[in-house]
Amino acid sequence: MTKEKFDFHAGIRTKVLIVGFVGLLLFALGGVLSGRGGHGDDHGDATHTEQGHDADAGHGAENAGHDSDADAGHGEGHGGALEVEFSGGEDTGGGHEKGWWDRVITDLWINNVYFTGLALIGIFFFAIQYAAQAGWSTTVLRIPLSMAHWIPFAGILMFGTFLAFNHNIFHWTHADLYEVGGAHFDSIIDGKKGYFFMPGGEGGGFPVFYVVRMVVFFALWYWLFKKMRDLAYAEDELGGTGYWYKIRSYSAIFLGIFAVTSSVSAWDWIMSIDTHWFSTMFGWYVFASWWVSGLAVITLIVVLLKEAGYLSQVTIDHLHDLGKFVFAFSIFWTYIWFSQFLLIYYANIPEESVYFIERLKSDHYSPYFFVNLIMNFFFPFLCLMTRDAKRLLVFLKIACIVVIAGHWLDFYLMATPGTLGESGGFGLTEIGMYMFFGAAFIYVTLNALSKQALVAKNHPMLEEAKHHHI
Amino acid sequence: MSDSRSFVLGVYDDEDVLLKAVRTVREAGVKIDEVYSPFPVHGLDEELGYKKSRLPIAAFMFGALGTSLALTMQFWMLGVDWPMIIGGKNFTPMPDFVPVTFELTVLLAAFGMVFTFFVSTDLKPWKDPKMLDLRITDDKHVMAIDLGQNKAVADSLSTILKDSGAIEVNDKEVED
Repeated sequence: MTKEKFDFHAGIRTKVLIVGFVGLLLFALGGVLSGRGGHGDDHGDATHTEQGHDADAGHGAENAGHDSDADAGHGEGHGGALEVEFSGGEDTGGGHEKGWWDRVITDLWINNVYFTGLALIGIFFFAIQYAAQAGWSTTVLRIPLSMAHWIPFAGILMFGTFLAFNHNIFHWTHADLYEVGGAHFDSIIDGKKGYFFMPGGEGGGFPVFYVVRMVVFFALWYWLFKKMRDLAYAEDELGGTGYWYKIRSYSAIFLGIFAVTSSVSAWDWIMSIDTHWFSTMFGWYVFASWWVSGLAVITLIVVLLKEAGYLSQVTIDHLHDLGKFVFAFSIFWTYIWFSQFLLIYYANIPEESVYFIERLKSDHYSPYFFVNLIMNFFFPFLCLMTRDAKRLLVFLKIACIVVIAGHWLDFYLMATPGTLGESGGFGLTEIGMYMFFGAAFIYVTLNALSKQALVAKNHPMLEEAKHHHI
Repeated sequence: MSDSRSFVLGVYDDEDVLLKAVRTVREAGVKIDEVYSPFPVHGLDEELGYKKSRLPIAAFMFGALGTSLALTMQFWMLGVDWPMIIGGKNFTPMPDFVPVTFELTVLLAAFGMVFTFFVSTDLKPWKDPKMLDLRITDDKHVMAIDLGQNKAVADSLSTILKDSGAIEVNDKEVED
């Protein structure tokens, strides 16, 4: 007889807390090291570095324009790229010199978005199983449901981070961009003010529309999550098929809302960092990144629970299916990533390609650009390709860990070039904060998991899941 | 080789009974030639002890062939035979080659896998299939046991099959 409930005993608690503590320690160490290593230099050279960067990027754009041999568009395109680069370089940090503290703020934002995504994928996975009337996943559904318990924490953290540090993260929050005739007036951003501040209203004040969107999204997600969670737990006590039908209805509502909100939040939270730039693929891109890392987290938790002796009803066939999910959606992410890249690369329009010039022609980011592809495409693709690999726990674990870390790097690459430019860094600070957030997320997840039965007791499709066979 | 093979056929009408029967019959030392069923029965190939299919290896080989063919073709065409500037890129821009490479990989992997399957299972339009029992296309599962391979248990075969839940046991001669 295996245990029905996950025992979040002191041993595991201590381990999670140690990970969080080590994260904090690394974070502090990163601060000390960067402060000692080049604090003065950073300050002295900040302007200089940025100018260098501008020149570099302009040069890159020039090259791109030159290669195209399109003489008619050459001058125009060149000028456009320079303009974008100039304002981006000058104003992104709001005139501050970018040091360690700016890195901390950007990391805070990356982790907020990343872990919000993991929590959302928890409830999204849960909802999609109900909407699709899937039976096989019944035995693992409590794990994504527990992950979604992070949603309220994520909401508070993100709201707080935005209120405190919006000027450091988002270029568009600076009021002087909207003063017509002012030194920093930016007609492109001024044209987007309705989306940030208030439709039809003035730019430059408190971004009401943006904040309302954030609050409403989190409220909707939390409300629907709470409804489904309470129904799922009530089903344990009382049984019957009525709960299943009710959860399915809420799932359908959630999926409809999530389809829109996931895209809009991707524009709001990530794409608006590069305020001039836009991509119609971006909502999908962020969703794909969230989705595959969420699936990897679910799979990893199931594998670890299985190894700890829980989840006797989860067979190798369930794990095989979860592995297929991670494999398939790694390819899906690559497909979306590449679709965005190829169109911009091929069209070679300066105001679009500047996004990739910032990442590819940069000494700092171009290595990560390729590491990102290796970790999130080539590795899971080759590692999980065979049937046997998806049925071996060790392969699943390795692939999941690489994918989870790889998609954090993906979010790092989405946000950092826009907020920090060439003064961005990757070191103990980043790793430490990731570990700290990860420990907090896992603590909340495992704590929620330990409160209720590990497998739904009266789910109408429990028998089907037990006999799942592929 | 003899001109004909004689089979003993156990007919089953339930896949759960069939699955258990396969196990008990094999445990009794009988070598099962093949089990025919009108729909896929989950877990049957494991019970029959089939070796892992090598089809994925063929698929990978054909896929790799597609990848290299596509890349060779594009590099030769745009890099060697007729260099052209398209969209202001280099003569051989890797990102532009990805869609064609992807498509040819998938195409060759899929076709290669299908034709490998046809060849390895001897499936062809002019094949004259040996139907041991017509009801395997309808609602019955048939376990075929080759008498030639089971001389030692030939006498008790009927009892073994009946005991394992077969609703009838028939004999059948098939011309080779």
